[in-house]
Amino acid sequence: MDKGTPLVEMRDISIAFGGIKAVDHVTVDLYPGEVVGLLGHNGAGKSTLIKCLSGAYRADSGQILINGQPVEIANPRDAREHNIETIYQTLALADNLTAAQNLFLGRELVNARGFLDESAMEAETRKIMGRLNPNFRKFNVPVSALSGGQRQSVAIARAVYFNAKILIMDEPTAALGPHETQMVAELIQELKTQGLGIFLIEHDIHSVMKLCDRASVMKNGQLVGTVKVDEVTDEDILGMIILGKKPAKAA
Amino acid sequence: MTTAPGNRHPSQDANGLFARFIAATEIDTRLLGMIGALVLIWLGFQFYGEIVKGDGFFLTPRNLWNLSVQMCSIGVMATGMVLVIVTRNIDLSVGSMLGFIGMLMGLLQVEWLPPHLGLGHPAIWIITVIVGLCLGALMGTLNGLLIAFLEIPSFIVTLGGLMFWRGGAFLLANGRTISPVDSTFALIGGGPYGAIGSTGSWVIGLVACAAVIFGLVAGRANRRKHDFPQRPVWAEVVLAVLGCGLIIGAVLVVDAYPWPKGIVAKYIADNGLTVDPATLFIAHGFAYPVLILTTVAILMTILMTKTRFGRYVFAIGGNPEAAALSGINVKWMTVKIFALMGTLAGLSAVISSARLTSATNALGQTDELYVIAAAVIGGTSLAGGVGTIYGAVLGALVMESLRTGMVLIGFDTAIQSMVVGGVLVVAVYLDIVYRKRIK
Repeated sequence: MDKGTPLVEMRDISIAFGGIKAVDHVTVDLYPGEVVGLLGHNGAGKSTLIKCLSGAYRADSGQILINGQPVEIANPRDAREHNIETIYQTLALADNLTAAQNLFLGRELVNARGFLDESAMEAETRKIMGRLNPNFRKFNVPVSALSGGQRQSVAIARAVYFNAKILIMDEPTAALGPHETQMVAELIQELKTQGLGIFLIEHDIHSVMKLCDRASVMKNGQLVGTVKVDEVTDEDILGMIILGKKPAKAA
Repeated sequence: MTTAPGNRHPSQDANGLFARFIAATEIDTRLLGMIGALVLIWLGFQFYGEIVKGDGFFLTPRNLWNLSVQMCSIGVMATGMVLVIVTRNIDLSVGSMLGFIGMLMGLLQVEWLPPHLGLGHPAIWIITVIVGLCLGALMGTLNGLLIAFLEIPSFIVTLGGLMFWRGGAFLLANGRTISPVDSTFALIGGGPYGAIGSTGSWVIGLVACAAVIFGLVAGRANRRKHDFPQRPVWAEVVLAVLGCGLIIGAVLVVDAYPWPKGIVAKYIADNGLTVDPATLFIAHGFAYPVLILTTVAILMTILMTKTRFGRYVFAIGGNPEAAALSGINVKWMTVKIFALMGTLAGLSAVISSARLTSATNALGQTDELYVIAAAVIGGTSLAGGVGTIYGAVLGALVMESLRTGMVLIGFDTAIQSMVVGGVLVVAVYLDIVYRKRIK
């Protein structure tokens, strides 16, 4: 792989909550067209680390570089301005709003007089959903009336629609059936070929082996190590997750 | 007609005459339910009057006109309470804020300004109204700051406000009643001179009808442009006829209520006319406060349904965390919503003190309960995320209909408050049943 300037570099990130170091001097990076898996037990600090990148939390110390430039990400709006999109594990959808209203939440299309352009937003939503989930029909109901897979596709559509360069996916397939999981896998491959960088938080070791180029493993807030997936075995990665032991052959 | 699968209008799939009618016109069924309840209440009071008292007082132009004026203060505040409740907050302080602002405006226009400007100076009422609205905005902002940034629950902040401002209103004038207010200011509260008359009412009515028809035509054109399913043409016609019928009906009612004989005689004398006061029919027309409420309701509906601000209000109510992750500044939104609520309480203070032509210490007492009840009866969910402005205004009309109806048939205040309390609980229960059924 071409090791030019990384798309994202999170350097020496630390964040503590009430004395507990949730993330302790962790450094990870991500290149264009690459999928980096973030692994670890519940509470290992993966989600916390990634929330510093999506703007939900602010790191106590450390630096974030996008395309080699240091950036300040103080809130989700800043992250979006750097083309960082996040699909949260909880999906972060407002249940009382429709798919189109959720997709454009915080970035509504407005007409010349500054009023919401609902028709344009619905038309755009129909377009993107037609690509991601062609069977989707429920455009005029609140997302609370949708199935888990449909809700997931709305959350994914929201991340993909706005030309993300950096995509964060927090367990995107946790609530999905086999067919939908396959769809997400295909989507990840497609986005990868388009040159996006993807951080994938994932528990399922087989998905990681299949989808990711590299894997960074965390334990108790610290980085155990980062390995190239095709240079290690399932057991190596499991050893990193469970024992915090870095395999000898990995660089 | 195109019938591509994503493009079918739901009415093409509905079974049964009523279901098809509802689906075709896209009328909100809970709106129908509220109108049904309102009709029942009105007919109930009318028949009770006819049977028990030998005369139905309720469905007369005079009573309906008074009803329209009396609901305005509660109605204006209920539109703001929708935003507060939709974002999972509550404002218990609106009645006391109204009392405090009313008292301060009373002092301002009766005791503080006239010595400097001269009694009846035309600037007095303008300054008073502006001060009232700004004071309301400030008090609301204070509520919002305490709730958003110090993270004190809104129930507690506004419960404190309820007591604090009521006491403050008493201190302002040591419990005196300030009266009479500036004569121009008093017009805002309605009355024979505080209404626009027959011609004005017809102009407004016809403009409103034109707006209804224009809205339907423009909406249809917009759906066609984006290739969305359209209502059948007959349903559009039904909606136009219903909308215009209601508007013209309202004009006919307010134009059927004449000025009292004494006012007519004074009017004739003042204008040097030589007409017999008994034969001169001068209609009230729409009262100013009704026009204010209508304007507020339209503006608030636009705010809630057509702007980003309104969208964020619903998003915060539906999922505050998701709203924040979408880049919405939830804290400042909360401050703005409470500031708006305070401003509307200031406007209601103008309307209700103008209607009484005085500022009393009891002004606005227990109004917060009627305002919250109006919003909730109008379908605003206390769980957040759901509510409409028109529902809250209709809710205010239901509450006020009950209140004036019971006064007319001679129920005493103890029974009145028992009935209103019971109705509130039953209405919310029916709403829960309704929500479960549509799910």
